[in-house]
Amino acid sequence: MKTAIETHNLTVSYNRRPVLWNIDFEIPTGQITGIIGPNGSGKTTLLKAIMGLIKPSSGYTKLFNKDLNEVREKISYVPQRESVDWDFPASVMDIVLMGRYKSSNLFKRIKQSDRDIAAEALEKVNMLEYSDRQISQLSGGQQQRVFIARSLAQGADLYIMDEPFVGVDAATEEAILNLLTEMKNQGKTVVVVHHDLQTAKDYFDWIVLLNTRLVATGPKEEIFNKKLLQEAYGGKLNVLSKVGELIKEKDFPVRERK
Amino acid sequence: MNDLFQFFSFSDPNVRYVTLGTMVLAATAAMVGSFSFLRKRALVGDAIAHSILPGVCLAFMVSGSKTPLVLIIGAIITGWISLLVIDGISRTTKLKNDAAIGIVLSVFFGLGILLLTSIQHSGNASQAGLDKFLFGKAASLTKDDIITFSSIGIVLIIVVLLFYKEFKLISFNPDYAKVIGLPVKFLEFILATITVLAVAVGIQAVGVVLMAALLITPASGARFWTHRLGNMIVIAMVFGALSGFFGSYISYVAPNMPTGPWVVMCLSILAIGSIWFAPKRGMLAKYKIQAENKKKILVENVLKLFYHLGESSNNFEAERSIDELLATRDLRKIELNRGLQLLRKDNSVRLKEGNWYITSKGLNEAKRVIKLHRLWEMYLNQRLKLEPDHVHNDAEAIEHIITPELEKQLEKELNYPIKDPHESIIPYNKD
Repeated sequence: MKTAIETHNLTVSYNRRPVLWNIDFEIPTGQITGIIGPNGSGKTTLLKAIMGLIKPSSGYTKLFNKDLNEVREKISYVPQRESVDWDFPASVMDIVLMGRYKSSNLFKRIKQSDRDIAAEALEKVNMLEYSDRQISQLSGGQQQRVFIARSLAQGADLYIMDEPFVGVDAATEEAILNLLTEMKNQGKTVVVVHHDLQTAKDYFDWIVLLNTRLVATGPKEEIFNKKLLQEAYGGKLNVLSKVGELIKEKDFPVRERK
Repeated sequence: MNDLFQFFSFSDPNVRYVTLGTMVLAATAAMVGSFSFLRKRALVGDAIAHSILPGVCLAFMVSGSKTPLVLIIGAIITGWISLLVIDGISRTTKLKNDAAIGIVLSVFFGLGILLLTSIQHSGNASQAGLDKFLFGKAASLTKDDIITFSSIGIVLIIVVLLFYKEFKLISFNPDYAKVIGLPVKFLEFILATITVLAVAVGIQAVGVVLMAALLITPASGARFWTHRLGNMIVIAMVFGALSGFFGSYISYVAPNMPTGPWVVMCLSILAIGSIWFAPKRGMLAKYKIQAENKKKILVENVLKLFYHLGESSNNFEAERSIDELLATRDLRKIELNRGLQLLRKDNSVRLKEGNWYITSKGLNEAKRVIKLHRLWEMYLNQRLKLEPDHVHNDAEAIEHIITPELEKQLEKELNYPIKDPHESIIPYNKD
């Protein structure tokens, strides 16, 4: 089994307070993996650290055994829907075409072949007839599908999605799930941040159970037992949170030396 | 009239320079400002404008010259420093961005005024006119100024064209831009630099104090007319150029009128006009929709009066007096009359010897509304498990908004019910 994502001793701080402690896990390729944990357990922070948007206080991440910069074009990121202002003046097509931007074509214009790929991506999420629609007129589920289409247009091998099932309608949920299965069948790797335990068991093959520290990781059959779930959802570790507070208060480094 | 003719003939070279210069300045500021507007950095432009004053003064003190290029270089330097300081303050301290902007704006501007005052009292005769940076000096633009500004304007346009799609992405979703490996820091640097440049050039026309208007107002107005970024920028530039034109014209016709403030006034009129009159997004369009909704509700409610009376007397075609109609429902007489007049124009009701009766067209429409009302009551009762005595008020509102598609869906989902929760018959049209 090959490894898509490996984090090694990852400690990440937000506003100087560590929100992830020594996260150490591997995610296999070709599987649908769920990163599961209660609200405020650091799931989004973990994704941002993996995608290089936050610099970790210590530790590192490897993607396909390489540094992020070497494999960027193979990796696609679907941020949380609420992280942008949907009143931006753009059409659905404009947004999906952003998936075709690359650092290597900085000055170049979008080509017809890019438009074809974007249209194909829209078709996959059943949004092709909306391609000229203003993004401000979309429903929450449609916005989510546009974001997924944008990432599909990138043509990556690894898809990292932040809470794609939050606030979407049943049609969107089904469309996303079908897509995840299709991607898996094509040998792609999908990693999804998800907070709902009820559905997690149906959606994912592999689980990373998180609550500011790594609780457990492995195939879902091994993870979904009462003891582990209680550990993850039963609240934060008291002493760990207090140490985090202290670090923030005293502006202390997480490692003696970097 | 003579003024108008003289102005438009552009025979006076001064008029030509002032008008052209102001138009170029306003259009380029509008283009760059569109991105500030979309990135929600409207006030940063204001801070840059105020921070440019000390730069202009220092450049003059060091070089002793007033050529625009020298002053612009000074302006860029302090404009940029102000950006870095704003960024630094909000990154390293607990202060939020708006506080940082406020602090930087006032400190730099205060420093600028200090320098300006000391220059004015230095006895240096060539300093005259430096204070024009406060409120602009559009009326005294020269040919050389125009050449400098136009060249800078062209450079700015080229930069925006080159980086258009990247600027679009970092304005919409900067995190995504970082993830796909775009040099976001570099792009932000370019965007900040062209903003500083546009401000440094723009304050020559309208001055430090009014510069923010030149950046933000055109984009704010343009946003109401389009959903496309490209169109928005072009409209903003047209707004800027038009305001430059009319501002110059007004100050030409009325010689004591300053150009800069008039440019800003024209811009504001365009923006306020857009807020009011733009189709769909404008306030007027919104009021119109609300008025139409009200009308629809009134008309449908009046039709229902006829239906209810017909249903209880088992005679739908009977002629009804105003008093009879009023007794059925809590409706003011004036509203009822208005509704009846509207329906009469529509051939839904007719007047006969002071009494009203409903036509077959009106009756069909009344049936439709009654049906929707009763279907919705059924839906609330069955799907939301509401008691029959809790569903009526809700249905009173919803009956007016359900579309034919939703109507079909409701019918199907409820399996074509015959009676509503109050045992009233649901009327189906037989077509």
